[in-house]
Amino acid sequence: MDLEYTEKYQAYRDEVRLFLKGWPLAGDAADRPDAAGVFRKRGIEAGFVCRNVPTEYGGAGQEPDALKDAIVRQEFYAAGAPGDLTSQGAGMLVPTLLEFGTEAQKKRFIPKALADEERWCQGYSEPGSGSDLASLQCRATLDGDDYVLSGQKIWTSNARQADWMFGLFRTDPSASKHAGISYLLVDMKTPGVEVRPLKEMTGGMEFNEIFFNDARVPAENIVGKPGEGWAVSRATLVHERNLIANPNMMRDTFNDLLDLARGVEIDGCPALEDRSLRQRLVEIEGYVRTGETSSMLQFTAGVRGEPLKAMRPMMMGKLYSTDTMQMIQKCAYDLLGAGGMLAPTSEDVAGWGRNVTATGWVEAYIFSMGPSIAGGASNIQLNIIGERGYGLPRDMRPPSS
Amino acid sequence: MDFGLSEEQELLQETLRGFVSKECSASRLREIFDAGVGHDSSLWSGLAEMGFAGLNIPEEYGGAGMEILDLALVCEVLGESGVPVPFFGHVMASLALVQGGSDEQKSRWLPSLAAGEKIASIALCEAEGEWNPEQWQCGVKGGRVFGSKSFVPSADVADLLVVGVAGGGLVLVETEAEGVRVENLDGIDRSRPVFRVEFDKAASSPLDAGGDVARTVSDAGLALLAADAFGAASRLIDLAVEYAKTREQFGQKIGQFQAVKHQIARLALDIEPSRALYWYGAYAVEHLPEDGARAAALAKSHITDRALSAARAVVELHGGLGFTWECDVQMGFKRLMFDRGFLGTPAVLRDRCAALAGW
Repeated sequence: MDLEYTEKYQAYRDEVRLFLKGWPLAGDAADRPDAAGVFRKRGIEAGFVCRNVPTEYGGAGQEPDALKDAIVRQEFYAAGAPGDLTSQGAGMLVPTLLEFGTEAQKKRFIPKALADEERWCQGYSEPGSGSDLASLQCRATLDGDDYVLSGQKIWTSNARQADWMFGLFRTDPSASKHAGISYLLVDMKTPGVEVRPLKEMTGGMEFNEIFFNDARVPAENIVGKPGEGWAVSRATLVHERNLIANPNMMRDTFNDLLDLARGVEIDGCPALEDRSLRQRLVEIEGYVRTGETSSMLQFTAGVRGEPLKAMRPMMMGKLYSTDTMQMIQKCAYDLLGAGGMLAPTSEDVAGWGRNVTATGWVEAYIFSMGPSIAGGASNIQLNIIGERGYGLPRDMRPPSS
Repeated sequence: MDFGLSEEQELLQETLRGFVSKECSASRLREIFDAGVGHDSSLWSGLAEMGFAGLNIPEEYGGAGMEILDLALVCEVLGESGVPVPFFGHVMASLALVQGGSDEQKSRWLPSLAAGEKIASIALCEAEGEWNPEQWQCGVKGGRVFGSKSFVPSADVADLLVVGVAGGGLVLVETEAEGVRVENLDGIDRSRPVFRVEFDKAASSPLDAGGDVARTVSDAGLALLAADAFGAASRLIDLAVEYAKTREQFGQKIGQFQAVKHQIARLALDIEPSRALYWYGAYAVEHLPEDGARAAALAKSHITDRALSAARAVVELHGGLGFTWECDVQMGFKRLMFDRGFLGTPAVLRDRCAALAGW
């Protein structure tokens, strides 16, 4: 164990910091609406952004080096600079295509997703298929060179802004549940694709439902072979859970909570001086610090090529982080007092729980339930931990499956 | 940047696990529990032969010169099986000697402590929980100690005690010296019995090589207890898993019921990731002076608190069996009660964490 960085990596960190002096952009350019995109492009050219994506697909094509990845993440984060996108396109579709896509698909889709020129949404859940995703009924029937889509998707974030969707469709209803599913890329402008917004409990409208009425998708837009969609989607899901399990966000939100506790009073004294609150804060920090150190442990296991040694904590990452975020938000909400009866503003809602105003905390309190549901609800995570992590017997399933 | 164990460290744990599973079965531990003797001298000499008594003692004195993290890795394994040996007090005392002893004191004691021929322990607490140096009242006059210490582990088998005295210093007292009286406190953890030790003008020699030895040794102790608790809790979860896989009710294994499966998964979620927390605490206490004390206190408060809650659930998961003396769960449970209380309860340590953060 050695938490110091060697000279080679110190030097790399210096390089990254030097590059980051270019953010924000100089002079008037800082106010350009596409400033982030311009900087990100420079980051790719300099080898710091999209490090692991080959140059022919618009990435920086650097040698894999998880430590360098980590240094870049830390420094870009500290500078508030636009680095790798964590959108569904760059964060989930790109790694999936790199693993399973054809050469033509990689060339066609990856560069535009990385440059944020094409936006993606994820078409998984259906009204009848949430936790039991593999029971999905949306059909894709091969007709000549096209798949014809019919059915409905739901809880689709950002579908109205998206140009494309990656989604799961049933291509073979006669095959067993998991084997009849394929992974398709769907142009959202295709005739027969209709998007309707859904309003969330926060008042925001990220969610949508999508109806497919005989929409035709070229058969070449399948990723993997017909019937392999489940396996392909599992890989994507790992990327989604990794996006959710972010220890930096836990620490940042915890620090915001400390600031809140400095600013409000309990019995006429700063809340941070109240013993019961201090006890609660340290208790929560125990979880935050565990999340941070456990992610270092998992990271090292990955760098050493021994990820199986960290299998259990990896499986737990998503649930651990969403539970901890909820703990932080509940504590903050308790500090709000009567302010907790106010509705979040539209800016708070657009800030996805990151606004540190009083009503921003209200939004965050509500928002923190979302990640516990998305990407595999907490009860499903508990099944995974129990069954795959500890070998407990699987739930009873109906005989037909 | 590498947050993982070395091959040597993995081997250290593997070797010790092999030894413990062979020499300290649950039934052997139960004999110790039943008899209430709290010490297995053949286990101790076996460990000493393998070099475990001197892990942290410099090589020039016959030890292995290892780090706090190595000690913590050992404590994890000892915690798993509730091994009834005086390891914890022994390494705490040797840490104090290594850091605060004169050359003469070190040459006199460390070689025999490293070989395990002599056993040392540490006497810090006064009254019902005054662990902090600033609270100590034991006096020293003309080299003679008077006063009383409580919750001294393995004082009945120890040859040498490191004793905290008024002003925050530490002194060495031989248990054979005149004026030392050892009384069994009937501790709950029969794998590590605790004692009250009265000093009535007992001869002593001060550890005054400088530095805040009492504090740094206590901080190291926090990391070791966190490790012990992690090991004990991990084993309890294994027991719960094993039971849920074999016990049948309503015609199926109880682990198939989500109520049981999810409860176990939640316990595991509360414990397994905190392996990294104790690693960090044990590393930081030695290598990161700006964060070490706080990291160790955070690890100890978090892990022992979560572990004891988990242990209660594991008792319940075993049903009526879990409530019996016969069930192995009780031994791990009580191991955790020691880990929780020694060097300060979670509430006391959380106060300390808040203060150290400048809140």
